[in-house]
Formats: sequence, C-alpha cells, structure tokens
Amino acid sequence: MSNTKFYLPAPSAAAGFVAMLNRDLLLSYRHKGELANPLIFFLMVITMVPLGISPDPQFLASLAPGMIWVVALLASLLSMDVLFRSDFDDGSLEQLLISPQPLYFMVLAKVLAHWMVTGLPLTLAAPLLGVMLALPEGGYMPLCLTLLVGTASLSLIGAVGAALTVALRKGGLLLSLIIMPLYIPILIFGASAVSNAIDGFAIMGQLAILGAFAAVAIVLAPIAAAGALRVAING
Amino acid sequence: MNWQWFHRLGSPRWFYQKTSVLLPWLTFFTLAILLVGSVWGLAFAPADFKQGNSYRIIFLHVPAAFLSLAGYYVMAIAGAVGLIWRMKLAFVVMRSAAVIGAALTFLALISGAIWGKPTWGSWWVWDARITSMLVLFFLYLGVIALQEAYQSETTANNTSAILTLVGTVNIPIIYKSVDWWFTLHQPATLKLTQASTIHPSMLYPLLTMVVGFYLFYALALILYTRAEILKRECRTKWVAELCGVDVNNKISRA
Repeated sequence: MSNTKFYLPAPSAAAGFVAMLNRDLLLSYRHKGELANPLIFFLMVITMVPLGISPDPQFLASLAPGMIWVVALLASLLSMDVLFRSDFDDGSLEQLLISPQPLYFMVLAKVLAHWMVTGLPLTLAAPLLGVMLALPEGGYMPLCLTLLVGTASLSLIGAVGAALTVALRKGGLLLSLIIMPLYIPILIFGASAVSNAIDGFAIMGQLAILGAFAAVAIVLAPIAAAGALRVAING
Repeated sequence: MNWQWFHRLGSPRWFYQKTSVLLPWLTFFTLAILLVGSVWGLAFAPADFKQGNSYRIIFLHVPAAFLSLAGYYVMAIAGAVGLIWRMKLAFVVMRSAAVIGAALTFLALISGAIWGKPTWGSWWVWDARITSMLVLFFLYLGVIALQEAYQSETTANNTSAILTLVGTVNIPIIYKSVDWWFTLHQPATLKLTQASTIHPSMLYPLLTMVVGFYLFYALALILYTRAEILKRECRTKWVAELCGVDVNNKISRA
C-alpha cells in the first residue's frame, strides 16, 4: 500500500500552548543572566532619579507613582526585542509557522512566558523601589495591582512590535519608536490609579479600564503579531 | 457586479495616466480656493475682539489639524486595501499618506505653538488636544521609520500596513485616555472654545480654507504617489517610454 499515508494526529492547540510555554520558560531559565537584566535596569534608572532631580523625600513621593510606572514600561520595552529574535535566527519560527496549531496560541504562549519572566518580576520588585522613592503608604497595593494587569498589556502590545521588527538586524530602537505611542493609555491609567489611591480616591475605575485593555490586547495583539511574523518569514 | 474598475485601480500605470489628465484641473482649483480663502481670512475677515489679529493663524492651523487626522484614516484604509487585495498601488498611497500626514501634523503642532505664545503666554501647554496631536505625530513617524527600515519593498509594505492598522485601533483609545488624563490633571483654565462660537464672518473663510486644504491634500497625495510610482516602477517599459528612453535599444543591448 504505497499510496496510503499515515499521519500522527496533531497535538491539540492546548497541548501546543503548554509545550510552547514550557519550552520558553525553560529557555529563559537556562539563560539566568538575561532574566535579571530588566530588573537591574529598573533598579538603576530608579537610582538615577534622586541623583538627577532631588533626594528630598517629599518631592520624590510626589514623583514616585509616575516614575516607577515609566521605568517599568521602559524595562518591559527593552526586554521585548528578544521575544522572537532567537527563534527567528535559529529557524524555530519557521517551524512554528508550519505547525498544525494555530499561530495565535503559539504567540500567546510566548508572550505569557515572556510576561512571567519580565512583567511579573517587575511587579514584585516595584514595592522595593517604592520604598526607595518614598512612595506614600496607600500607594503600594495599587502599584502592584496596576503593574500586574498593566504589564500584561505591555507585553502583548510589545509582541506586535517585536514581530514587526524581528526580521531587522537592528530592530531595538525602532521597536521602541513604534510601540511607545501605543503604551500611552496604559501609562496614563496605571500611574493615575496609584496617585489617586495615595490621595484617597477610588481606583476600581482605572483598574477596570486596565483590565479591559488587557482583555482587548489578549484578543487582538496575538492576531496582529501572528500576521507580522508571517510577513517576517514570507516577506 | 463588474469589478474591473477595482482591479484596474491596482495598476500603477493606469493611475499615473488617469491622474495626468486630472492634475492640471486639480492644481487650478486648489490654488484658486486656497488663494481666495487666505486673502479672505487674512485681509478681509474682521479682527478678533480679544486676540486681535493673532487669531488669523486658525486659517492655517485648523485645516491642517483636520487633515492630519483624516490623513491617518486615508493611510489606514490604503494599508488595509493593500493587505487584503495585495494591491501595489494601495501601498504606494499608504506610503505617501504617511509622509504628507506627518508633515501636516507637524504644521498643526507648530502653528498651534505659534498661536499659543501670544494667546496663552507659552509655546507649549500639556492640553489634551495638543498631546493627542503629538502622539499622532509619533504614530506617523513610527510608520515611516518602519517603512524605511526594510530593504525589501514587500516586507516594508506589509509590516507598515499592519502597524497602521494596529494604530487605527489605538487612536480612539489614545484620544479618550488623553482626554481623561487632562480632566484629572486640571491645569490653569484655558479657553479653547472659539471654534464653536465663531462668527460667520470668520467661519466662511475658515470653511473655504478647509475645502482648500482637502483639495491640497488630494493634490499632494496624487503628486507624491506619482513620484513614488515612478521610483518603484523605474525598471518597467512604460516608465522608460515616458522618460523618452529608447526601449528597443535597451532591450537589444541587454
């Protein structure tokens, strides 16, 4: 029976998602040095704020919510460039494109893994930096909550930029240029929620909007990123 | 339904030849309306009660701001058409719209700053509308930068079209959130409400200028697109013929 072909059944999308997530987490675990880079960047830039502006605690306290948010955003942005880079270089990205699982879930798994090694540690480190910048008492919980939800959107939107620039040798700066305008709404709501909480106002509205951003980004960003990856491979 | 016209639209050559006929007329009307509008606005419209003559910059500022927003949608629609129907011409239009849109946004920002100095006493104020315009300018720059970064024309077209569409989804969100941010950070009171209460003697020249700017936009878009077409199609026979190169001679040598 030479013309009968046997195919292994393709693993389900969920199995592909989990496998992708495991692979990316394992890869980041094996490059432990790179894991710490966004955090060190975060810490260093925050150190420069009192040095450059003023060490006066009262002044720093008024600056802290916005400053921590801006630096977290930059740290997340700088780590975006590597999201698809090594897969593009070694050809795994092409395998991903021809795999039977939908590219949407593959991209989502990669972004989730990326968020778990950048956005999540940044969120956890934020209170420490809050202490360094004399963030007032009421600001810590809102800072963590908004960063937790907000960095997820940052990673998702950043993935679109990373996919659009993956085929370029020097895509890093360009990635920041094209993605930063899209980050503005998240920065506005994230930082204003923290300032509002410090002033004693309710923050559920801002949190809900940040959640809505994340929900829309989960639906739309991987589609755009998947399209951009196809263009990067096929031209 | 006959879709031939639509497919013909995709041919850069067809576009080039059709617009050659249209261009003299369009140029004439654009110049005429812009001339009428600016003379009317700058010389004959009455001076403003509070701002004196400095308000006259709105005849430049308002149409430029209109067009910079409308231009983004022209760019986005062109990008979507290019992505969906793989239409070469649409990408050329998208590219042209990005450059012209960025220039108009810049003009709106600069003229706003020049107007702001005598009116508000400072060149730059973090007002919601100004900030949104600045973000729009960044979005245009991003599209142009991405387009410039790729060597391959196809990749450049497709990636910047995707970025344009992502930006389109974001524009209302950015606009709304900046608006919301502005109401949170209530700054010194600014009065920017003349537009709604404008006197007819100022409104009519302004509307003339808006129409003139729309025509000017169309003209600039067509001219830029034509130049871009010639650049991209410079190896084809019809462009060579257009430039008076002896094609047969070239082919026989090749």
